[in-house]
Amino acid sequence: MLSFLLRRLLTFVPTFIGVTIVSFVFIRLLPGDPILLLAGERGVGEERYAELIKQFGFDQPIWRQYIDYLGGVLQGDLGTSFVTKKPVVTEFFALFPATVELSLCAIILSVALGIPAGVIAAVNRGKFFDQALMTTALVGYSMPIFWWALLLIIVFSSGLGWTPVSGRISFMFFFDNVTGFMLIDSLLSGQKGAFLSAVRHLILPTIVLATIPLAIIARQTRSAMLEVLGEDYVRTARAKGLSPLKVNGQHALRNAMIPVITVIGLSIGTLMAGAILTETIFSWPGIGKWMVDSIFRRDYQVVQGGLLMIASIIMIVNLTVDVLYGWINPKIRKG
Amino acid sequence: MKKHFKLASVAAAAMLTASTAMADGTLVYCSEGSPEGFDAALYTSGTTFDASSKAIYSRLAEFDTGTTNVIPGLAESWDVSEDGLEYTFHLRPGVKFHTTEYFTPTRDMNADDVIFTFERQGDEANPFNKVSGGTWEYYNGMSMPSLIKEIVKVDDLTVKFVLNRPEAPMIANLAMDFASVVSKEYADAMLAAGTPENVNQMPVGTGPFQFVGYQKDAVVRYAANPDFFRGKADVDNLIFAITPDAAVRYQKLKAGECHVMPYPNPADVEAMRADADINLTEQEGLNVGYLAYNSMVAPFDNPEVRKALNMAMNKQAIIDVVFQGAGQIAKNPIPPTIWSYNDAVQDDMYDPVKAKAMLDAAGVSDLEMKIWAMPVQRPYNPNARRMAELIQEDFGKVGVKAEVVSYEWGEYLSRSKDKDRDGAVLLGWTGDNGDPDNFLAVLLGCDGVGGSNRAQWCHEPFQKLIDAAKQESDPAKRTALYEEAQVVFKEQAPWATIAHSIVHMPLRNEVQGYKIDPLGGHIFYGVSLK
Repeated sequence: MLSFLLRRLLTFVPTFIGVTIVSFVFIRLLPGDPILLLAGERGVGEERYAELIKQFGFDQPIWRQYIDYLGGVLQGDLGTSFVTKKPVVTEFFALFPATVELSLCAIILSVALGIPAGVIAAVNRGKFFDQALMTTALVGYSMPIFWWALLLIIVFSSGLGWTPVSGRISFMFFFDNVTGFMLIDSLLSGQKGAFLSAVRHLILPTIVLATIPLAIIARQTRSAMLEVLGEDYVRTARAKGLSPLKVNGQHALRNAMIPVITVIGLSIGTLMAGAILTETIFSWPGIGKWMVDSIFRRDYQVVQGGLLMIASIIMIVNLTVDVLYGWINPKIRKG
Repeated sequence: MKKHFKLASVAAAAMLTASTAMADGTLVYCSEGSPEGFDAALYTSGTTFDASSKAIYSRLAEFDTGTTNVIPGLAESWDVSEDGLEYTFHLRPGVKFHTTEYFTPTRDMNADDVIFTFERQGDEANPFNKVSGGTWEYYNGMSMPSLIKEIVKVDDLTVKFVLNRPEAPMIANLAMDFASVVSKEYADAMLAAGTPENVNQMPVGTGPFQFVGYQKDAVVRYAANPDFFRGKADVDNLIFAITPDAAVRYQKLKAGECHVMPYPNPADVEAMRADADINLTEQEGLNVGYLAYNSMVAPFDNPEVRKALNMAMNKQAIIDVVFQGAGQIAKNPIPPTIWSYNDAVQDDMYDPVKAKAMLDAAGVSDLEMKIWAMPVQRPYNPNARRMAELIQEDFGKVGVKAEVVSYEWGEYLSRSKDKDRDGAVLLGWTGDNGDPDNFLAVLLGCDGVGGSNRAQWCHEPFQKLIDAAKQESDPAKRTALYEEAQVVFKEQAPWATIAHSIVHMPLRNEVQGYKIDPLGGHIFYGVSLK
């Protein structure tokens, strides 16, 4: 196990260096001079331009800039945004919990609804319920997020007044940012109504962000279930006289879950992409919008630092999963 | 931010049901973006100025809200020497800096604060010059380093600016956001504590609202400054609810989750006008959108050709299509909200037949040209590509074959400065300080050729007028000079002046006393809720 872990950790190093190179080069490949963009119509004189180039270190050869950057990264310094003049790490950790909170809620909702919907559709294959569910899933999958979000806001927020339009919590509440997770912080604050307000603010963005993964999970569960339901051991279970609930729930679903879990894992990555739009519409202060704004402003430090942070987190999650697989299944560990 | 403060009194009113609940005396503004920081001199965006200088700080002189007129601010009065080289400011006594949970001032604002405000921006030896990555864009952009010779403390309440050359817009310059006066005492305390960047992150000013807290990309909180020298604000709390999407801002306004929102979608304006809960206010913006010919390249070096092209352009169609009603035809290079706007100037009439005849008379036939369309949206040009296509069509009717080109925004700005640039450029300008010099000298002065003067137009009679106006301190004489300069501009037609935007500002009906700032800011002092 130890040698397996070491092998995995060793692959971590070149991947990490690769990510630093890709994130560093990616933003520089985009056309657009950050200083000219920052100056806008007002422009900047030649002398001043040269001064700023020097101040930001852009006068150095590209490899030198990269070495300086890498040196900073190894010391935990991802640089400073030249738009906000604040350290990238500070900005990232101020926003990341909001994205995680929203993504977690969305994945929980899509799993909680997607799996039962897929099972029910598979069991009722070809019937009205199956067709209705799968059509709804297809609509959900194809729904433009922007349009869907605005529709929900217009109906449930402006029209019925059931949910707030946007934000993470009502402005009435103001408390210490302990974990950055509003659901937890609102509970810790002890302020009456704060938790409920945070929940209410989560409803619409969670529904919007969960829509696509929910549709995918439902469809995947249905097809995996259909495959399993035709297997001999399911027929045997039925022949033994087990109740349909036990056959479908215990025998079929458990085996159908393997591909579904893979899809759920992949959905977590795609949630980040969905979060960019969802965060913008619902004024949700997460990293998706922060990264997009920074790309438009050519804020090199933020883009490369943000990409590196996200990639590192995904790498750590993958590493953990690999280690867990290796722990559970000796075949992988020794392979 | 470590310290946050609890609004325990309002927590009890926890919104169990209504999403519309807002505390009495709390004004919520759905702002369009996040402030980059709170020390205005470090930044250039209007969004940051709204959240920092407009709310938290004051300046020696200030713009009277709703106008571009300059009124006394932290300086009660000022004297200008005969030669226009010395400005002596007499500071208002008893002005308090904010007392907050993180700072308690021990003295009133004085000349040391004023000197520190400018020295940190101009003097590289000042310990604050490099704090927070300061590049002091506006200070440099307004040529302060070459303009200011020295700033002298005469006594605690008197400070003198000595200039290297006369500069009539000096007072207006000092009313700009970058000139917001910061507390030297607070800055020194933060430097001693090893946290100088707190001056930017936890600001202390003398303005109408004091900073309470900022949750990045979500909300900025302020409380009314009880000691504000013009009197405490009518609302007790001010909240900036950061809402980047215009459609969502509108929904929040409708739902009563905010009282004021900026920058509505043009498509929503009519619905807002019809909404009984919303008061849609509007005013011309302090901007101009134009098409700049390259007056150094034939045949655009001939004013008759430029004028003919201007007459070929159907500006009303542009206003209708591109601005969807949120704009008005521009005839002068400065907007009507600026003093010295010459309303007597006649615009070039839309007359394609006459335009064609003028081109023929100038010996121009089968002309081919490029029209540069900006790749970004601006208030003075919400859709440059569409605008360029309309102009292309108009020019086609007079036999001019135009090709529409565009570049990435940074490239566009850079390449359009070239003196031998091929084609006419769509661009525009939003005023900084309400002074005509900020438009005419920057955009049309000889110094700007190869730079901000995209028409590459250096016309001696025009230059003489704006130079004379810059050195003249008598407002009436300056007005006359600028009025004449606009006449010369119109005769020479280095640009086709296209449009000034119309700013729409939807407010909920309970909002009283809000005035649209012609300089583009959003100011909440003087606003109350009924």
